Amino acid sequence: MKILVCIKQVPDMESKFKIDGDGTWYSPGDLVWRMNEYDEYAVEQAVQLKEKGGEADITVLCIGPERVKETMKKALAMGCDRGVHIADDSNWKKDALTNSAVIAEFARDKNFDYIFTGMQSQDRGSGQTGVLLAEMLDLPCVTTIVDFVFDAGAITVKRELEGGIKAIVKVSSPALFTCQLGLNTPRYPTLPNIMKAKKKELLSIAMEQLQKIAPRQETVKMFFPEKKGGGLVLEGDSADLADQLIKILKEKTTVLA
Amino acid sequence: MKLLLVAESRQNKLLGSINELLGFAEQLSAESAVFLVGSETDIPRFNGNLYLADAATFTEYNPAAHKALLLRAIEQEQPDLIVFCHSSYGWDLAPRIAYALEAAQISEVVGIEQDEFISPACNAKLRRKIKSLAQKTVLTLQAGVFSAVEENDALPQIISLGDETNNQDKVQFQGYEEAEQGGVDLGKAKIIVSAGRGIGKPENISLISTLAQTMGGEYGASRPVVDAQWTEHNRQVGTTGQSVAPKLYLACGISGAIQHLAGMKKSEFIVAVNTDKDAPIAEIADVLVVADLKQFVPALTEKLKAL
Repeated sequence: MKILVCIKQVPDMESKFKIDGDGTWYSPGDLVWRMNEYDEYAVEQAVQLKEKGGEADITVLCIGPERVKETMKKALAMGCDRGVHIADDSNWKKDALTNSAVIAEFARDKNFDYIFTGMQSQDRGSGQTGVLLAEMLDLPCVTTIVDFVFDAGAITVKRELEGGIKAIVKVSSPALFTCQLGLNTPRYPTLPNIMKAKKKELLSIAMEQLQKIAPRQETVKMFFPEKKGGGLVLEGDSADLADQLIKILKEKTTVLA
Repeated sequence: MKLLLVAESRQNKLLGSINELLGFAEQLSAESAVFLVGSETDIPRFNGNLYLADAATFTEYNPAAHKALLLRAIEQEQPDLIVFCHSSYGWDLAPRIAYALEAAQISEVVGIEQDEFISPACNAKLRRKIKSLAQKTVLTLQAGVFSAVEENDALPQIISLGDETNNQDKVQFQGYEEAEQGGVDLGKAKIIVSAGRGIGKPENISLISTLAQTMGGEYGASRPVVDAQWTEHNRQVGTTGQSVAPKLYLACGISGAIQHLAGMKKSEFIVAVNTDKDAPIAEIADVLVVADLKQFVPALTEKLKAL
């Protein structure tokens, strides 16, 4: 069984963002980088499938500058077997179409049985890469899965819909799944596994070797949303803040009456 | 400009979200047609062409079949924009259509300025302005942003897309699993104190539940808290949980993901407790308390008990 997991490195969303010099993206300086949250579920699902399904080889793939290797090492420490780093220093400029076409170019002749991606990235948030990749490889694809059951080659997944309803879907391999939060509990890499991960294969390929499609969209500007104003901001010592809030609630609402 | 809007059917009912797509078309003063895999007994109300396929034949989730049907409608209608809701149906089908049409797809649109589209980035902390470089553009619109059209009696011209099926579909829809029922009805609570990821560990749920109890309200939670199984799903507020509109919503350690905001922004008075002044929740809060909830919440509980 051959499994591919596609991950992305994103800034920690608690970060203080700044707009970059040309005004079209966030500045990469002073940010803490981590694995896209949705992709952690994808990695975990791949590793669980290997544990359940026996003989399997998991490739983790990531596009980006040199620093993404740190995030790839986490995926390797979680249980992926080998890494493919597609080196691209200006990946923030690339849309989902460009990235998925590059991954498709890499994956086309590799005959992966299962491909897992996050349902979206936390920074760009397009939610397109996984589905586009499946279309390019002509694979069936189920998005937003919150449950994955593997039974003798047959897969039953649940898709999360609005209002807490789920759709139950059956699919057989090869197939691609995009993973939603809550699909599983991503494991923390153990120290021995972190050590082992350092010895695993991590291949680098230049983006240019695989990129054959031009982007069909362009981010012309990135900016902070306008503050609506009116909201009161309270700062200070907790006890004082509690007094101030109680006063406000008494004046503005009826909940303490 | 010509739009093709994609309506959705769930458990044999037309979803009301089509009215937001029609509202978007109205805002653009564009001519629109609608595509629906659903039932002719429950159709959207508007003037124009309705491309209809029967969900009894195609089921409500069959990406390959729905793609083929929608491409047929696009072929006939030749729209400039194909517009979906940014929903579980929309984000699943839209990229397939965009790829087939060699179109640009712009996701989760919250605004339009001339021919450029605005979309959130980085958990809604930032916005992007995006330009399509392709002939055709596919959009998914964020729920609740564009005003829905009013109810009306207009009747569309129905164009049947037939019932030829492709039996080789590799994705087989088996049916729905209902949302968990029972437990807490947050919809009835006048006061809701909600816990977000900022509570840090499951033990701190008790800080939130104690405050809720002291105020005579219920406690709720954001998605990460439920996903981590720190509390039950029936306390989740947001698009995949409950939608609430209490007199007071006190969000503790909740950054304010769009899906959470959609479920609580109609609350009468919103207080957010957060260490991050730039958290998106601050945008809709009447009062933002910049503090560590682990200190502030117990302090507030003590003061309230002493009232």
